[in-house]
Amino acid sequence: MNITDFLFFVFAGLVIAAALGVVLSRNPVHSVLFLILTFFACSAIWLMLEAEFLAITLVLVYVGAVMVLFLFVVMMLDINVAKMREGFVNYLPVGALFAVAIVAAMIWVVGPVGPDVMGTASLDQAVRHAADYSNTEALGEILYTDYVLPFEIAAVILLVAIIAAIALTLRRRPTTKYQTPGKQIKVKRNDRLKIIKMDAEVSND
Amino acid sequence: MNEMIDNLLATGLELWNWFPADWQTFLLILGKVVLILVPLMLCVAYITYAERKIIGYMQVRIGPNRVGPRGWLQPIADAMKLLFKEVIIPTRSDRFLFLLAPVLSIMPALAAWAVIPFDRGMVLTDVNAGLLYILALTSIGVYGVIIAGWASNSKYAILSSLRVGAQIVAYEIAMGFALVGVLMASGSLNMGDIVEGQAGGISSWYIWPLLPLFFVYFISGVAETNRAPFDVAEGESEIVAGFHVEYSGMAFAVFFLAEYANIILISSLTALMFLGGWLSPFEGFVEAGHWLGETHIFWFFAKACFFAFCFLWFRATFPRYRYDQIMRLGWKVFIPVTIVWLFVEAVMVVAEVGPWAV
Repeated sequence: MNITDFLFFVFAGLVIAAALGVVLSRNPVHSVLFLILTFFACSAIWLMLEAEFLAITLVLVYVGAVMVLFLFVVMMLDINVAKMREGFVNYLPVGALFAVAIVAAMIWVVGPVGPDVMGTASLDQAVRHAADYSNTEALGEILYTDYVLPFEIAAVILLVAIIAAIALTLRRRPTTKYQTPGKQIKVKRNDRLKIIKMDAEVSND
Repeated sequence: MNEMIDNLLATGLELWNWFPADWQTFLLILGKVVLILVPLMLCVAYITYAERKIIGYMQVRIGPNRVGPRGWLQPIADAMKLLFKEVIIPTRSDRFLFLLAPVLSIMPALAAWAVIPFDRGMVLTDVNAGLLYILALTSIGVYGVIIAGWASNSKYAILSSLRVGAQIVAYEIAMGFALVGVLMASGSLNMGDIVEGQAGGISSWYIWPLLPLFFVYFISGVAETNRAPFDVAEGESEIVAGFHVEYSGMAFAVFFLAEYANIILISSLTALMFLGGWLSPFEGFVEAGHWLGETHIFWFFAKACFFAFCFLWFRATFPRYRYDQIMRLGWKVFIPVTIVWLFVEAVMVVAEVGPWAV
């Protein structure tokens, strides 16, 4: 077993262990942190597959931004662990059904049976690229030439989603007081302060 | 005498060759890591001293001057004090996460140095996606603070971690866009190539065509490190000390080290990406071969030190921002500025105005 294989098994084991941690830990905050660990270990595996752009983007987007907001929300929950575990048996059949369906679908897609959509049969012929191979450049070239239209459409859909999310949550309560920083900065001394001249008072004593 | 040294060298070489080839690579990398981290930690220790001295002089007082000559041993004394203090863990805190948080906060600050080139070819790992790697690592530094705030089980600490979470996510976007500008100018994600793209003296540095992005990047850098005037995470007048209010001893010191390591990191990155790193400002202005025009690691240190000084200068100069104005600055000022400038830059690239690599 060479070092690459060894690292693969370490990270693959970590992915599985952390993924189990996501569903098994009692505290939702711990679950989120386990999910972050899962992403991290996944990105390490992608790095070993020479997909460094995807690997780093996974860390940058999911670990660096999405999960921060996730954690943000979960941290503020008032957690009652006993109440959360109540419906476990009721939900179990549905959950198990989905789990079985997903495993079956994954075996169908990447396993030995079913159509070879992922091209796993040709994996044996995969070649190691030279050290100067840039995954970022290769991805960019394909994205902005062959797939430029789907790529732009995806971008526009995301933009629409952002605007929709903001529009849905934007509400102005009439009771809230707003400040306009621009106006606050523009304030001059004369607007607020009046200096008056007066004669010194002379006491008559 | 010479014979003895020769013998010693020969035995050393023999010992070295005795290791398998894999181990030799590993040991070499480990050696380089030590060579980077030890000076870095010394810099971190002495930037705390510099901060106290510089702010002291700015406020017309002397600063630390008791420990060692002119107070030079002050950081060592501080480190010893913190080492021997007890680490108190609050009773209802999450013990594991409480101790993990400082580690999570210093780890990205140190790991980012793997791709920082100090001089031509003087870099630990010369990866192609260096800029992305740095962006990813600076973005995960926030976990240390967030987890510290939650695990402490304290109201002040959690308030601080909420503030930090929102602030860092906001400024990271502006920071990322500013780096997109650098990427467009250099046509490369490799840190070494970005610096080499600025060859030709002070006039070809990216700071000139990317001036708005430079300001956005540096100010966002100050906000990302939670330094004054963006230090609402600590906000001692409102929430005591924020996320590290429950920390003591070495656990607190690690947060402190991470903050200063981040300052040095942001300063170095600004020097590399906008001021041409190790390139001389006089290149092309003095005749070829003159020492002033040569590239040297000294130039990199000088530029990085200037920005590190700015961090301290800001702290002595500016009052703390109000929180809603921090958010306004990040979302409503910086992000539009960067987007507009990226368009301007794209037009400049197409019209071939400016020193573009493409």
